Order: sequence, then C-alpha cells, then structure tokens
Amino acid sequence: MSSMGLVLRQVRFTNKAFWRNPAAAFFTFAFPLLFLVIFTTLFGSAGITINGNDVSVATFYITGIAAFSVITACYTNIAMSLTFARDLGVLKRVKGTPLPGWAYLAARMIHAVVIAILLVVICLVFGMLLYDAALPAASIPAFIVTLAVGAACFSALGMAVTTIVPNADAAPAIVNATILPLLFVSDVFIPLQDPPAWLDVVGKIFPVRHFSEAMQQVFFPPAGSSGFAATHLAVLAAWGALGLLVAVRRFSWEPRR
Amino acid sequence: MVLQSTGMDPYLTVAETLELFGGYYPSPRSPEEIMELVGLTEKADVRVTKLSGGQQRRLDVGVGLAGDPDLLFLDEPTTGFDPGARRSAWDMIKNLAATGKTIFLTTHFMDEAQYLADRVAIIAGGRIIAEGPPETLAGRDSATTIIRFKPGDGVALPGPVMATAREAGELLEFTTANPVHFLHELTGWALAHKVALEGLEVSRPSLEDVYLELTRAGDPDETEIEEEVS
Repeated sequence: MSSMGLVLRQVRFTNKAFWRNPAAAFFTFAFPLLFLVIFTTLFGSAGITINGNDVSVATFYITGIAAFSVITACYTNIAMSLTFARDLGVLKRVKGTPLPGWAYLAARMIHAVVIAILLVVICLVFGMLLYDAALPAASIPAFIVTLAVGAACFSALGMAVTTIVPNADAAPAIVNATILPLLFVSDVFIPLQDPPAWLDVVGKIFPVRHFSEAMQQVFFPPAGSSGFAATHLAVLAAWGALGLLVAVRRFSWEPRR
Repeated sequence: MVLQSTGMDPYLTVAETLELFGGYYPSPRSPEEIMELVGLTEKADVRVTKLSGGQQRRLDVGVGLAGDPDLLFLDEPTTGFDPGARRSAWDMIKNLAATGKTIFLTTHFMDEAQYLADRVAIIAGGRIIAEGPPETLAGRDSATTIIRFKPGDGVALPGPVMATAREAGELLEFTTANPVHFLHELTGWALAHKVALEGLEVSRPSLEDVYLELTRAGDPDETEIEEEVS
C-alpha cells in the first residue's frame, strides 16, 4: 500500500473510534456548537466595529467560534487523544508494527483537520442562516490559507504539549490550563475592546489571538483587502514550527508515568 | 510480540482491531482466521472496552498474529487469569503451536511451562541456569522417585522395605532410584497379605521442585521461566 493509502486507512479507523468515544465527540464537536448558540443568543444583538466594518456581535462570534473549533479539534483533541493512547499502550503497540510513526501522527492530524473544517462549515452555515453573516467572495483564498495554517499550527502544538503531560490523568488539566485563559483574552470568547497593555502583549506573544484576528481579517477585511493577514499568519507558522520541533525531538511513544 | 500491557483502541470492535493491525503488514492473516484461533469469533462485533480481561488478553495475542509471524513472543500471557480462562488460553497456545509457529513465552507458572513447552529454560539473575525439555530438565528424569502410602493396621512390612522408610505425617515415605522393582515388591507383598496400600502415590520431583532447587541460591524475584513451543 502507498504511504498515502496507509495514512488514509488510518484516518478511517481514527474517525470510527472518535465518534464512538462520547467524551471526544462531545468536547471536540458539540462543545463549540453549544458555545456558538449560547454566545450569539446572549450577546448577538449588539454592534461592534472590526477593521472599519460595522457588524453585529453575532457575526463576531461566528469567526470567534470558528477559530475556537479549530483550536479544540486540533490542539485539545490531539493532545488529549494522544496522551490517552500513549497511556493505554496504543502508541507503543503501533510503534511495534511496520506502520511508520509519522503516518500514525499524520492520520491523527488529518482527522483533526477534517473535524475542524466540518465545525467551521457548521459555524458558517449557522451564521448565514440566522445572522446574515457572509464570507466575502474575495476572501475565499485567504479563508482556506488561514484555516490551513491555523490547523497545522495548533495540531503541532497539540503534539508538542503531550511532551509535558506526565499521564492521562493530568492531560485535561494541563491542556485546558494552557489554552482556556488564552481563549478569554484573545478575542475569541469576548470581543477585545481597549485591553490593558499587558494583556495586549500576552495576546501578541501567543498564537490564539493571531489566529482569531486572522479569521476576522478573512470575514471582515479592511476595504480593498483580500483578507490575508500576513503578520498573523507568519506568527502562527512560527509557533507551528516550534511545536513541530518540540514534538519531533521529544515525542514519547511509551507511557511516561 | 505480545507485551503485558493491552494497547488497543477501546472503541474499535474485535474484528476492526484485527483488520486495522493486519493492514500494517504485507501478508496479513485474515481477522476471521485469527478470531477462530484465539476463540473470539462470537465477539467479532464487540468493542474492545466491553471484553473481559481474559478476552482482551486473547485479542492481544490475536493482534500479535495479525502479520502472520513465524515466531511469536508472549510475555506472561496468563497472568491474572482464573483457572478456566487459563485453560482456554493454553488451548489457544497449543492451537497456535499446531499451526507450525514457534512460540516463545515467559511465565512464572511451572504448570504452564510443563503443559505447554517443548523446551524450557530457567533464568535467574539474568542468566540461563537450566535448559531442556520439561520432562528431563535438570535431571528430573533420573532423579529418585518418591513413593508414599498409609500403612495398614497389624501387618508388618517386610524387613528390607521397612529399613528405608521414613514417616511423613500419616504416611510412610520411601525414596528409590529403581521404582519399578520397588513397586513390584511392594504390590506383590500387599496382594499376598491383602493390604490396601491406602493413599498410594508415586511421584517424581515436579518442575516446581526443580525450579525451587535451582533458584534457591538466587534472588527469587529475579527468576523467570522462558519456554519455547514449536
């Protein structure tokens, strides 16, 4: 079988197991959609200005939850499922077969990206039907690139974070502690309006705000822009590269305990 | 290679797990065949998480067979099993050996080694201290035989026999290097005098006795039996 065939076959089995795992399916899939409904219902009617466009807060949340979906599907989901698989001895076992390690991880990543795309599309359709949100036609290339760079970045970081998680019991705490605070201060759950300077610095260092703002650039481009946010994308790519480097160097196929 | 830990996705079924692992190898054995061999045919569509411990262990072995290997390593395959599950695991291993595979397994159970193995090696402190077929390991076959029975009332044993007797609780115990001759004499005498020889027992040192004898010097925690079935 070709390498690509091997990877796709692995994706198929990963997908089967994913939907049968109630925790994975709920937290990765249902959670962002729940947040989408709650946030848009609670705060949707107010107005907000993004990149010179006057939009409703509901449409802000379409982009925010789209970004959140990519982050849970890639970062949280990959980090948790890999740590659990590692503790169960699944990774060790796979490593003992002729399947190359990279093919196993690539399959996990592709599966995560497929879930992320599915979630983003649901957000988009939800926004279009209920809140007249729209993806500007000129932004479609930027939308695809932003999604791809964001998904790759957070997948790499998800793999990297497993190297500091000692065991599956600690995984939810460490994974959530590293991502939840950032989600609150990075223009995802709450629109950022004149944040204090230190919060601004935090946002500029970590990748979450770069991703949410790159998404906003896609949906609400400044007049005449094609929606590409070059600086944000560059920072995301750098974080992704760092994550990949850590993962390649320190990834463990055996339980750490 | 079948390790002590399980290492399978809990949400896939038995058949799916075997299909998944088979796909990693160039000439896999079919899931149906493997399920037959390890006795999980009825559990084909049951998820791994719903299997009992013994069934998971058998699936473990099944996954080890997915690539149709000629040599299979089993690391303590029946540790933690109840006697019933152990018996069916043994049958499974016998089945596998009958298909012409070489099986290398480690165990702490002497009866397991005795029942399954063609060749046994005892490892203590990281070194093989004895090796051979279980029947003859460390001179088991040439060791003296122990004969025990409950002495009857009233009739005295013939003098020469009585001379070698030892008392072991209620029983009389004899050790002899020539059990055929000894038993012939003993039973001939018993028939002639109508003595029942209650609780008559003829035994040779078990594999366990050999093991304890051999490892007495070493640290018992570091010893392990390796055996080979082919």
